[in-house]
Amino acid sequence: MLNQLQSLGKVTLGFFERLGRGHIFLVQILATIPSLLLRPNLIVAQVFSIGVLSLSIILVSGLFVGMVLGLQGYNTLVNFGATESLGAVVSLSLVRELGPVLTSLLFAGRAGSALTAEIGLMKATEQLSGMEMMAVNPIKRVVAPRFLGGIISMPLLAAIFSAIGILGGYLLVVQVLGVDSGSYWSQMQDKTDFMADIMNGIIKSIVFGFVVTWIAVYEGYDCTPTAEGVSRATTRTVVHASLATLGLDFLLTALMFSDI
Amino acid sequence: MNINMDNIFIKIRDVRFSRGGRWIFDGVNIDIPRGKVVAIMGPSGTGKTTLLRLIGGQLKPHAGTVEVDGKDISTLSIRDLYRLRKKMGMLFQSGALLTDINVYENVAFPLREHTKLPEVLIQHLVLMKLQAVGLRGAKYLMPSQLSGGMARRVALARALVFDPMMIMYDEPFTGQDPISMGVLVHLIRSINDALGLTSIIVSHDVQETAQIADLIYVISNGKVVSHGTPDAMKNSESAWVKQFINGESDGPVPFHYPASDYIEDLLGGPKC
Repeated sequence: MLNQLQSLGKVTLGFFERLGRGHIFLVQILATIPSLLLRPNLIVAQVFSIGVLSLSIILVSGLFVGMVLGLQGYNTLVNFGATESLGAVVSLSLVRELGPVLTSLLFAGRAGSALTAEIGLMKATEQLSGMEMMAVNPIKRVVAPRFLGGIISMPLLAAIFSAIGILGGYLLVVQVLGVDSGSYWSQMQDKTDFMADIMNGIIKSIVFGFVVTWIAVYEGYDCTPTAEGVSRATTRTVVHASLATLGLDFLLTALMFSDI
Repeated sequence: MNINMDNIFIKIRDVRFSRGGRWIFDGVNIDIPRGKVVAIMGPSGTGKTTLLRLIGGQLKPHAGTVEVDGKDISTLSIRDLYRLRKKMGMLFQSGALLTDINVYENVAFPLREHTKLPEVLIQHLVLMKLQAVGLRGAKYLMPSQLSGGMARRVALARALVFDPMMIMYDEPFTGQDPISMGVLVHLIRSINDALGLTSIIVSHDVQETAQIADLIYVISNGKVVSHGTPDAMKNSESAWVKQFINGESDGPVPFHYPASDYIEDLLGGPKC
């Protein structure tokens, strides 16, 4: 019993210690951002590596998710003769929920794990120590550009995911299943509110981008500098970032779309 | 060889440093004279690399002081520490080259980070340093295309690019073939003398290090067990130093890791 309490205490203390280190790390990153803004080329390079190189997975996933939404919606709504509402169903599902959430999950798996592995390997191969000894702050030079790159890329990717999903829905619902094109677009336009739906989706994606990238860079920077340490850190990034996305999504949805 | 110990560049006094509940250094005193090549030697795991990190300010001692050029490293602000580091070069065991940029950009990296020099001047400086280590022809190669010895020479060129006052070498000879080893031994000595640097070599390659060092410190169990010129170390009466210098398998440092009685262990049956 005493041993169990002891190990529970150890785990709890370890959790809060890591949480504290993560927050100190975040403050250190934020402190370097004003001077980093004077070197936009570093940020642009990361937007390319994190954002542009994630485009293919986002485009393909968005297209299929949009098509599936259209198909599932059609199968249900056709019984009520309400297939003209499919445009609204697809667009609201995507811009409110699936766009930000699925993009964040894909982003954690594709870009987050790559960020952790890259920073972790730089630590393991003494590149970060080498920078420190060259009087270059690795948080400013390596971490902060990736952090900003992630925060910028994530809402853009989520927007592209939603747009391509809506297009996927259109291709299936209108072109394949024969729903009227005018109904699809007009219902979408009528039921989707810019502030209530699109802006809230964008806010969600910015929050997810912030948290996922923060977890990814922290796990990389804090990892044990060995092959096993980098591997564990990469796994932790994907697991923690995915759970954080889903948890935060519930919280944000409750705040944004609920009247409770 | 007489060494002028009045002009001390790095002064380490009563340094104590622990990690994982074990004292890595327990009252270490080291003087590194200006302009000399000083070797820090000792068995693996004695904290030689940790000593370099203490000198570079990446770690802080739990007690004692580390002074570089008259400045106590542990009391410097981050800004002052970074200013001082611009005058320090460090060659990591792995080379620590940035793997996403080529040799030229690696050497240019500190210049681009700290100066706004025109590109033509950066080019001249980079090519001069690469020429000094014999790798001007490899300027467009990526780090993954370099051998271990070449990577260390590129790292040396990068460490030299700011014309530092001192260079720290972390195990520069480990895993090198005889030719690369010879090149590195020659480079370390000649660059030290040509540029008037102070060099600290952390190594356990006794013969190579003794060839070029002016002064050797031997560390073991958290303390300096002996120091002197290479000749003095070779003629040392200390059984420990003799074992280390001559690479004997048994002596004051036993061949066997401390263990329980051998017979008891064999007859006691599996205990795993």
